[in-house]
Amino acid sequence: MPDTVERETVDSDDVDRASIGPPSIEKVSIIVSKGSLEGVYPALIMANGARAEGMEANLFFTFFGLDAIHKARHDHIKVATVGNPGLHLATMLGGVPGVSAVMTHYLTHKMGKLDIPSIPEFIEMIADTGCGLYACQASVDLFGLEKNDFIPQVHDIITVGEFYEMAAGGQIIFT
Amino acid sequence: MRTVTLAGVDVELDDDGFFARPEQWTEAMAPEIAATQGIDHLTEDHWRVVKFMRSQYLESGAGPTVRVLGKISGVPIKELYQLFPKGPAKLAAKIAGIPKPRGCI
Repeated sequence: MPDTVERETVDSDDVDRASIGPPSIEKVSIIVSKGSLEGVYPALIMANGARAEGMEANLFFTFFGLDAIHKARHDHIKVATVGNPGLHLATMLGGVPGVSAVMTHYLTHKMGKLDIPSIPEFIEMIADTGCGLYACQASVDLFGLEKNDFIPQVHDIITVGEFYEMAAGGQIIFT
Repeated sequence: MRTVTLAGVDVELDDDGFFARPEQWTEAMAPEIAATQGIDHLTEDHWRVVKFMRSQYLESGAGPTVRVLGKISGVPIKELYQLFPKGPAKLAAKIAGIPKPRGCI
Protein backbone atom coordinates (compact mmCIF):
# COMPACT_ATOMS: atom_id res chain seq x y z
CA MET A 1 0.00 0.00 0.00
CA PRO A 2 1.45 3.44 -0.90
CA ASP A 3 2.34 5.84 1.94
CA THR A 4 0.59 8.77 0.32
CA VAL A 5 -3.11 8.96 -0.26
CA GLU A 6 -3.88 10.54 -3.58
CA ARG A 7 -7.04 12.45 -4.17
CA GLU A 8 -8.99 12.57 -7.35
CA THR A 9 -12.51 12.81 -8.58
CA VAL A 10 -14.23 10.13 -10.62
CA ASP A 11 -14.54 11.17 -14.23
CA SER A 12 -15.46 9.38 -17.41
CA ASP A 13 -12.71 6.79 -16.98
CA ASP A 14 -12.49 3.68 -14.89
CA VAL A 15 -12.47 3.72 -11.09
CA ASP A 16 -9.51 1.37 -11.52
CA ARG A 17 -7.73 3.86 -13.69
CA ALA A 18 -5.33 5.13 -11.06
CA SER A 19 -4.14 1.70 -10.01
CA ILE A 20 -0.60 1.28 -11.15
CA GLY A 21 0.67 -2.14 -12.09
CA PRO A 22 1.24 -4.49 -14.99
CA PRO A 23 -1.46 -4.55 -17.68
CA SER A 24 -4.21 -7.04 -16.95
CA ILE A 25 -4.83 -10.22 -18.98
CA GLU A 26 -7.77 -9.69 -21.34
CA LYS A 27 -8.10 -13.12 -22.92
CA VAL A 28 -7.08 -16.72 -22.17
CA SER A 29 -7.26 -19.84 -24.32
CA ILE A 30 -6.95 -22.98 -22.23
CA ILE A 31 -6.03 -26.35 -23.73
CA VAL A 32 -7.22 -29.52 -21.96
CA SER A 33 -5.18 -32.51 -23.14
CA LYS A 34 -5.66 -34.95 -20.24
CA GLY A 35 -8.64 -37.15 -19.50
CA SER A 36 -8.08 -37.67 -15.78
CA LEU A 37 -9.94 -35.90 -12.98
CA GLU A 38 -6.80 -34.07 -11.85
CA GLY A 39 -6.07 -33.28 -15.48
CA VAL A 40 -9.45 -31.70 -16.20
CA TYR A 41 -10.38 -29.71 -13.07
CA PRO A 42 -7.50 -27.21 -13.07
CA ALA A 43 -8.37 -26.08 -16.59
CA LEU A 44 -12.04 -25.72 -15.68
CA ILE A 45 -11.21 -23.70 -12.58
CA MET A 46 -8.92 -21.44 -14.60
CA ALA A 47 -11.54 -20.90 -17.33
CA ASN A 48 -14.29 -20.18 -14.82
CA GLY A 49 -11.99 -17.87 -12.86
CA ALA A 50 -11.01 -16.00 -16.01
CA ARG A 51 -14.65 -15.28 -16.82
CA ALA A 52 -15.30 -14.24 -13.21
CA GLU A 53 -12.51 -11.68 -13.63
CA GLY A 54 -14.15 -10.41 -16.79
CA MET A 55 -11.62 -11.93 -19.21
CA GLU A 56 -12.61 -13.55 -22.47
CA ALA A 57 -12.01 -17.30 -22.18
CA ASN A 58 -12.03 -20.31 -24.47
CA LEU A 59 -11.52 -23.99 -23.66
CA PHE A 60 -9.99 -26.21 -26.30
CA PHE A 61 -10.27 -29.97 -25.71
CA THR A 62 -7.73 -32.22 -27.37
CA PHE A 63 -6.66 -35.88 -27.15
CA PHE A 64 -7.95 -37.53 -23.96
CA GLY A 65 -9.18 -34.14 -22.77
CA LEU A 66 -12.10 -34.75 -25.16
CA ASP A 67 -13.61 -37.07 -22.55
CA ALA A 68 -14.52 -34.00 -20.51
CA ILE A 69 -17.03 -32.94 -23.18
CA HIS A 70 -18.00 -36.43 -24.34
CA LYS A 71 -21.68 -37.05 -23.59
CA ALA A 72 -21.21 -40.62 -22.41
CA ARG A 73 -17.88 -40.14 -20.66
CA HIS A 74 -17.82 -36.76 -18.94
CA ASP A 75 -19.60 -38.06 -15.87
CA HIS A 76 -17.08 -40.90 -15.48
CA ILE A 77 -13.75 -39.08 -15.37
CA LYS A 78 -11.38 -40.87 -12.97
CA VAL A 79 -8.37 -39.98 -10.86
CA ALA A 80 -5.17 -41.50 -12.27
CA THR A 81 -3.98 -43.91 -9.59
CA VAL A 82 -1.05 -45.27 -11.61
CA GLY A 83 1.96 -43.10 -12.38
CA ASN A 84 0.76 -40.49 -9.94
CA PRO A 85 3.30 -40.21 -7.10
CA GLY A 86 1.34 -37.32 -5.59
CA LEU A 87 -1.26 -39.80 -4.39
CA HIS A 88 1.33 -41.45 -2.09
CA LEU A 89 -0.08 -44.82 -2.99
CA ALA A 90 2.07 -47.84 -3.93
CA THR A 91 2.15 -48.08 -7.74
CA MET A 92 1.13 -51.74 -7.70
CA LEU A 93 -1.84 -50.93 -5.50
CA GLY A 94 -2.90 -48.16 -7.89
CA GLY A 95 -3.30 -50.73 -10.65
CA VAL A 96 -5.64 -52.99 -8.71
CA PRO A 97 -9.12 -52.96 -10.31
CA GLY A 98 -11.47 -50.64 -8.48
CA VAL A 99 -8.80 -48.54 -6.78
CA SER A 100 -9.19 -45.70 -9.26
CA ALA A 101 -12.98 -45.77 -8.75
CA VAL A 102 -12.58 -45.69 -4.96
CA MET A 103 -10.08 -42.82 -5.08
CA THR A 104 -12.33 -40.91 -7.48
CA HIS A 105 -15.30 -41.43 -5.21
CA TYR A 106 -13.29 -40.24 -2.21
CA LEU A 107 -12.01 -37.12 -3.97
CA THR A 108 -15.34 -36.14 -5.54
CA HIS A 109 -17.00 -36.58 -2.15
CA LYS A 110 -14.47 -34.18 -0.61
CA MET A 111 -14.98 -31.75 -3.49
CA GLY A 112 -18.73 -31.92 -3.03
CA LYS A 113 -18.30 -30.86 0.58
CA LEU A 114 -16.41 -27.79 -0.65
CA ASP A 115 -19.23 -27.11 -3.13
CA ILE A 116 -17.00 -27.82 -6.12
CA PRO A 117 -19.37 -28.94 -8.90
CA SER A 118 -19.06 -32.24 -10.74
CA ILE A 119 -17.39 -32.07 -14.17
CA PRO A 120 -20.68 -32.11 -16.17
CA GLU A 121 -22.22 -29.42 -13.96
CA PHE A 122 -19.04 -27.35 -13.99
CA ILE A 123 -18.76 -27.43 -17.78
CA GLU A 124 -22.39 -26.44 -18.19
CA MET A 125 -21.83 -23.56 -15.78
CA ILE A 126 -18.68 -22.46 -17.62
CA ALA A 127 -20.60 -22.47 -20.91
CA ASP A 128 -23.22 -20.27 -19.21
CA THR A 129 -20.52 -17.76 -18.26
CA GLY A 130 -19.91 -17.22 -21.97
CA CYS A 131 -16.69 -19.23 -22.23
CA GLY A 132 -16.29 -20.94 -25.62
CA LEU A 133 -15.95 -24.74 -25.75
CA TYR A 134 -14.14 -26.28 -28.73
CA ALA A 135 -13.02 -29.77 -29.72
CA CYS A 136 -9.79 -30.46 -31.59
CA GLN A 137 -10.34 -31.65 -35.17
CA ALA A 138 -7.27 -33.91 -35.29
CA SER A 139 -8.25 -35.73 -32.08
CA VAL A 140 -11.88 -36.04 -33.15
CA ASP A 141 -10.68 -37.68 -36.38
CA LEU A 142 -8.22 -39.88 -34.51
CA PHE A 143 -10.84 -41.25 -32.14
CA GLY A 144 -13.52 -41.50 -34.82
CA LEU A 145 -15.87 -39.10 -33.06
CA GLU A 146 -18.38 -36.60 -34.39
CA LYS A 147 -20.13 -33.46 -33.14
CA ASN A 148 -23.05 -35.54 -31.95
CA ASP A 149 -20.82 -37.36 -29.43
CA PHE A 150 -20.29 -34.14 -27.52
CA ILE A 151 -22.44 -32.20 -25.10
CA PRO A 152 -24.56 -29.52 -26.81
CA GLN A 153 -22.54 -26.69 -25.21
CA VAL A 154 -19.60 -27.47 -27.53
CA HIS A 155 -19.57 -24.67 -30.09
CA ASP A 156 -17.51 -26.32 -32.80
CA ILE A 157 -14.80 -28.73 -33.85
CA ILE A 158 -11.84 -26.64 -34.96
CA THR A 159 -8.37 -27.06 -36.44
CA VAL A 160 -5.17 -25.97 -34.76
CA GLY A 161 -4.97 -23.02 -37.14
CA GLU A 162 -8.44 -21.88 -36.18
CA PHE A 163 -7.45 -22.27 -32.53
CA TYR A 164 -4.46 -19.96 -32.98
CA GLU A 165 -6.62 -17.42 -34.79
CA MET A 166 -9.05 -17.49 -31.90
CA ALA A 167 -6.27 -17.27 -29.32
CA ALA A 168 -4.56 -14.32 -31.02
CA GLY A 169 -3.80 -11.44 -28.70
CA GLY A 170 -4.35 -13.44 -25.52
CA GLN A 171 -2.58 -15.93 -23.30
CA ILE A 172 -2.47 -19.66 -24.08
CA ILE A 173 -2.47 -22.14 -21.18
CA PHE A 174 -1.72 -25.81 -21.84
CA THR A 175 -2.88 -28.35 -19.27
CA MET B 1 -5.60 3.43 -1.19
CA ARG B 2 -7.11 6.56 -2.66
CA THR B 3 -9.95 8.92 -2.03
CA VAL B 4 -12.61 9.68 -4.62
CA THR B 5 -15.78 11.73 -4.51
CA LEU B 6 -18.98 9.78 -5.14
CA ALA B 7 -22.41 11.37 -4.90
CA GLY B 8 -20.72 14.39 -3.32
CA VAL B 9 -19.07 12.37 -0.54
CA ASP B 10 -15.38 11.51 -0.18
CA VAL B 11 -14.87 7.74 0.07
CA GLU B 12 -11.80 5.53 0.29
CA LEU B 13 -11.16 2.91 -2.37
CA ASP B 14 -8.50 0.21 -2.38
CA ASP B 15 -6.01 -0.17 -5.24
CA ASP B 16 -8.49 -2.25 -7.25
CA GLY B 17 -11.32 0.25 -6.88
CA PHE B 18 -13.29 -1.58 -4.16
CA PHE B 19 -14.53 0.23 -1.07
CA ALA B 20 -11.94 0.15 1.69
CA ARG B 21 -14.64 1.12 4.19
CA PRO B 22 -17.96 -0.45 3.08
CA GLU B 23 -19.86 1.59 5.68
CA GLN B 24 -19.15 4.71 3.58
CA TRP B 25 -21.35 3.40 0.75
CA THR B 26 -24.82 4.72 0.00
CA GLU B 27 -27.25 3.68 -2.72
CA ALA B 28 -26.85 7.07 -4.38
CA MET B 29 -23.22 6.19 -5.19
CA ALA B 30 -24.08 2.99 -7.07
CA PRO B 31 -25.03 4.52 -10.45
CA GLU B 32 -21.82 6.58 -10.50
CA ILE B 33 -19.65 3.52 -9.80
CA ALA B 34 -21.61 1.48 -12.36
CA ALA B 35 -21.01 4.13 -15.04
CA THR B 36 -17.24 3.82 -14.52
CA GLN B 37 -17.61 0.06 -15.10
CA GLY B 38 -19.41 0.39 -18.41
CA ILE B 39 -22.93 0.03 -17.02
CA ASP B 40 -24.74 3.23 -17.94
CA HIS B 41 -28.07 2.36 -16.42
CA LEU B 42 -28.76 0.21 -13.38
CA THR B 43 -31.93 -1.74 -14.10
CA GLU B 44 -34.12 -3.42 -11.52
CA ASP B 45 -32.28 -6.69 -12.23
CA HIS B 46 -28.90 -5.04 -11.63
CA TRP B 47 -30.18 -3.67 -8.34
CA ARG B 48 -31.46 -7.06 -7.30
CA VAL B 49 -27.96 -8.51 -7.65
CA VAL B 50 -26.19 -5.50 -6.11
CA LYS B 51 -28.47 -5.51 -3.08
CA PHE B 52 -28.10 -9.24 -2.73
CA MET B 53 -24.29 -8.95 -2.76
CA ARG B 54 -24.41 -6.28 -0.10
CA SER B 55 -26.82 -8.17 2.13
CA GLN B 56 -24.65 -11.28 1.87
CA TYR B 57 -21.61 -9.25 2.83
CA LEU B 58 -23.36 -7.68 5.80
CA GLU B 59 -24.57 -11.09 6.89
CA SER B 60 -21.42 -13.15 6.44
CA GLY B 61 -18.59 -10.66 6.11
CA ALA B 62 -17.81 -11.66 2.53
CA GLY B 63 -19.43 -11.26 -0.87
CA PRO B 64 -20.33 -14.52 -2.71
CA THR B 65 -18.51 -15.82 -5.81
CA VAL B 66 -20.36 -16.12 -9.12
CA ARG B 67 -21.29 -19.77 -8.48
CA VAL B 68 -22.71 -19.04 -5.06
CA LEU B 69 -24.41 -15.91 -6.37
CA GLY B 70 -26.06 -17.96 -9.13
CA LYS B 71 -27.15 -20.64 -6.70
CA ILE B 72 -28.64 -18.52 -3.94
CA SER B 73 -29.73 -15.26 -5.56
CA GLY B 74 -32.08 -17.01 -7.98
CA VAL B 75 -30.53 -15.17 -10.95
CA PRO B 76 -29.11 -17.77 -13.41
CA ILE B 77 -25.39 -17.57 -14.29
CA LYS B 78 -26.16 -16.74 -17.92
CA GLU B 79 -28.27 -13.79 -16.89
CA LEU B 80 -25.66 -12.62 -14.36
CA TYR B 81 -23.11 -12.35 -17.16
CA GLN B 82 -25.60 -10.49 -19.36
CA LEU B 83 -26.10 -7.97 -16.57
CA PHE B 84 -22.42 -7.72 -15.64
CA PRO B 85 -20.34 -8.85 -18.64
CA LYS B 86 -17.02 -8.01 -16.98
CA GLY B 87 -17.57 -10.43 -14.08
CA PRO B 88 -20.83 -10.47 -12.09
CA ALA B 89 -19.48 -11.00 -8.56
CA LYS B 90 -16.59 -8.62 -9.05
CA LEU B 91 -18.61 -5.80 -10.62
CA ALA B 92 -21.64 -6.17 -8.38
CA ALA B 93 -19.33 -6.09 -5.34
CA LYS B 94 -17.68 -2.92 -6.60
CA ILE B 95 -21.05 -1.27 -7.22
CA ALA B 96 -22.38 -2.51 -3.85
CA GLY B 97 -19.43 -0.93 -2.04
CA ILE B 98 -18.09 -4.16 -0.57
CA PRO B 99 -14.66 -5.85 -0.82
CA LYS B 100 -13.84 -8.07 -3.79
CA PRO B 101 -15.21 -11.60 -3.25
CA ARG B 102 -12.50 -14.22 -2.77
CA GLY B 103 -12.84 -17.83 -3.85
CA CYS B 104 -11.68 -20.06 -6.68
CA ILE B 105 -15.01 -21.39 -7.87
